[in-house]
Amino acid sequence: MATSVTGQAAVEAPEPASATPASPTTPRRRLRASAPILTFLGRRLLSSAIVLVGATFIVYMLLALALDPLEDLRTSTAPNKEALIEARIRDLDLNTPAPVRWAKWLGGVAGCVVGQCDLGDSWVNRQPVTALLGTAIPSTLQLVGAAAFIAVGLGVVVGIASALRQYSGFDYGVTFMAFLLYSLPSFWVAVLLKLWGAIGFNDFLRNPVFSPSTIVLISVIGGLLWQAIVGGPWRRRGITFLVSAAATAAAMAFVSATKWFLDPSLGPVAIGLLGIGAAFAITALAAGLRNRRALYTSLSVALLGALLWWPLQFLFPYATGLMIVLLALVAIGSGVLIGWLFGGPDRRQSMRAGAITAVVVGALIFVDRVMQVWQVYSRSSRVAGRPIATIGAETPGLQGDFWVETLDTFTHLVLPTTALILITFASYTRYSRASLLEVMNQDYIRTARAKGLPERVVTVRHAFRNALIPLATIVPLDIAYLFGGAIITERIFAWSGMGTLFLHSLATSDANPAMGYFIVVGTALVVANIVVDFVYAALDPRIRVNA
Amino acid sequence: MTVPSPNPTTPEGVLSDDAQSEIGNSIENAIELKEVEGLSQGRIVLRRFLRHRGAMTAATVLILVVLLVTTSIGWGPIPGWWKWSPTQFDDVVNPGGSPTLSFSGGLTIGDHPFGQDNLGRDVFARVMRGAQQSLIVMVVVGLLATTIGIVMGAVSGFMRGRIDNILMRFTDMVITIPVIMIGAILGRLVSSSGANAFLLAVALSLVTWTSMARLVRAEFLSLREREFVDAARVAGASSSRIMFKHMLPNAVGVIIVNTTLLMASAILLETALSYLGFGIRSPNVSLGTLIAEYQTAFATRPWLFWWPGLFIVLIALCINFIGDGLRDAFDPRQRRIPSKRAMDRAAERANRRRAAEATPATSAAGD
Repeated sequence: MATSVTGQAAVEAPEPASATPASPTTPRRRLRASAPILTFLGRRLLSSAIVLVGATFIVYMLLALALDPLEDLRTSTAPNKEALIEARIRDLDLNTPAPVRWAKWLGGVAGCVVGQCDLGDSWVNRQPVTALLGTAIPSTLQLVGAAAFIAVGLGVVVGIASALRQYSGFDYGVTFMAFLLYSLPSFWVAVLLKLWGAIGFNDFLRNPVFSPSTIVLISVIGGLLWQAIVGGPWRRRGITFLVSAAATAAAMAFVSATKWFLDPSLGPVAIGLLGIGAAFAITALAAGLRNRRALYTSLSVALLGALLWWPLQFLFPYATGLMIVLLALVAIGSGVLIGWLFGGPDRRQSMRAGAITAVVVGALIFVDRVMQVWQVYSRSSRVAGRPIATIGAETPGLQGDFWVETLDTFTHLVLPTTALILITFASYTRYSRASLLEVMNQDYIRTARAKGLPERVVTVRHAFRNALIPLATIVPLDIAYLFGGAIITERIFAWSGMGTLFLHSLATSDANPAMGYFIVVGTALVVANIVVDFVYAALDPRIRVNA
Repeated sequence: MTVPSPNPTTPEGVLSDDAQSEIGNSIENAIELKEVEGLSQGRIVLRRFLRHRGAMTAATVLILVVLLVTTSIGWGPIPGWWKWSPTQFDDVVNPGGSPTLSFSGGLTIGDHPFGQDNLGRDVFARVMRGAQQSLIVMVVVGLLATTIGIVMGAVSGFMRGRIDNILMRFTDMVITIPVIMIGAILGRLVSSSGANAFLLAVALSLVTWTSMARLVRAEFLSLREREFVDAARVAGASSSRIMFKHMLPNAVGVIIVNTTLLMASAILLETALSYLGFGIRSPNVSLGTLIAEYQTAFATRPWLFWWPGLFIVLIALCINFIGDGLRDAFDPRQRRIPSKRAMDRAAERANRRRAAEATPATSAAGD
């Protein structure tokens, strides 16, 4: 996304780009003259507009053919049936041929360009389509947005790990799992999740104690998983297995003994410990543990976060969404600042590590605060001890402060989000795996290794970044599809987003909302296609945007 | 400094690893070349496919599933060997006289191995019937959408120019419409005029051909620059003959692989539409309608819900694996890569042989 913004900035005004502080990574290849780009953009926009208009024509004709708004009246036994049919025909303008109606509809849509959108009304509930879309789009974005980001992140991580362990047991396991997830019907998964995830977990909450056999089983599975991911010779695998299995068992025993699920919390100590762990992991990936300054930056950020836990508790009762966003920005800023203060020859690495650690620690503090209202929430009369919801977007009639509402949103989002992640992340795994393998076979990777660079730098700096380029062309398209909502997932979890809007209008023979649905999805898709072209050209210098 | 390469046992690390795999590669190449000497392209592909363990397992399972589905309850007028009838509402009466209670067969198959639903209908028969519908949809979409895609792609790739522009803009239009959306509209159109798997499949084919058209076009754009096309044209072949006799066989790899993926997605699309109520409808049974019908009974009669889903997953998974095997088989860059250990062993053997022979020819063989 960020790259597309820079691309646009370069198109509109190349000066600010050159005004930014010159650092080694500012694009050397400046878009020389803006004229060819503008021509290209103009041509792309024009042809896309034609395609979109043509597509609306196809959809409109199909809808006119498939939908019969008089269906209910034909079978009705009302005495004034003829008059009612007559009235509806006049109302919906059914005597004009469909292409003419399409042209009229298109005229209304064209008003959007000047800010006078008229997408028609729904004849079933008499509401303008723009109003329907206005409520449906945010709801859908809330549902699918988080799922998309997590799916991309998780898919890339798993795909990279699997590519780095090519032809290992872990790789085969991931490949098989990806195929399995590809083949899963989404409605089946969703219903299973509803039953096990919600009903099962809620039942478990009545007495949240693990039996010893469960603890042993899950620890062994966890240990096997970790040793497969870490890999290496058998000795190292054995140690990994033992350590991770023991850690899992200890954590589960603790959770079970203290009935942690009834009143979960992290507390400053756990936040500090997790933060330090995260600091090590992030430094190892972002800068390498050799880079002491980066390590100290992350560690100080983690400690600072743990210390700030107390003062923040006094601030949190007055929390609003805006405040959380501001706090997150402050956290990132202080991470960057700490990294800068540690100085050294390569400040950027420390700053990056500090910022990422700050985000992680901040998220932990946030989660901890949300957990604090868990008991109040699950014991409230509306929730009645069954916190994980199976339908809808919020508990009706629930009253509470910002934190209770946040938790309520989370408990409603968790199942549909999981379902969506399960269905979508397999493809990202495959893409990122294939793309990293392709990159790892390139000559410049061999060169980087021959220079004596550590494997971490080769993987993270040289391979990983280039492996993400093909992915950058897929993700915008997927984001565009998100506007269409997850039709099936929304249906199963009774989420009133775009998908529900479409299905409802199709079931009630209501053409206008269906067309409104399509115009949103189609526009998003067309725009995403143009964005992809520019992102690709911006990321891969071998590809030129030429008119 | 850690070296997370697959085999960081040697202190020399990456270099020796690379050198080893280099040796392994050259050996692998030599073996492969010797094996395929004098074989046609088709033979080589078939050979590679037959050696793909995952794909062969999937193909076997799929054949078994298809046999089970087609023979058990019969197909059309042909009677099957299963004792219960599939589609009729009131045909099957529970012999035990307990219409609500059912049992799933363990090692003994029993009368109703998949159980019965609340009306006493045999779930096995219904699942078989649903799987038949899904298979029909899959096969028809596989054939029809592929044909449409090939024709569109071939014509626009071969003709280029204005025809290409028009056809591709049309393809873009269809791509712009989300598949599930246009599928639902078409499904509603078809199912309102009588639920029929064949009609639904035809409707879905009109939606799903786009990716095939794009791939075939790309393939044809590069193929038409090849010499054999010029040769055919000089020999006086007509455009359609060049397209379908000369060029199409050269694009067959892309087409077959994409067809399998298309079939896997078609079965998921059909079940999803039927689940939503825009596909196959009530008197008729599809795996999607079965799940939609039974999902509320999951807590009390889980078998009603398990089996249709399991068959969808099984069929789609098998097709996906076969597609993967075909992709590997058709990809000339893809070698069947043995495990690291097998490679190491081969390298070891080669080293020993080289040391034993120690002739000046080794350096030449190393190239």
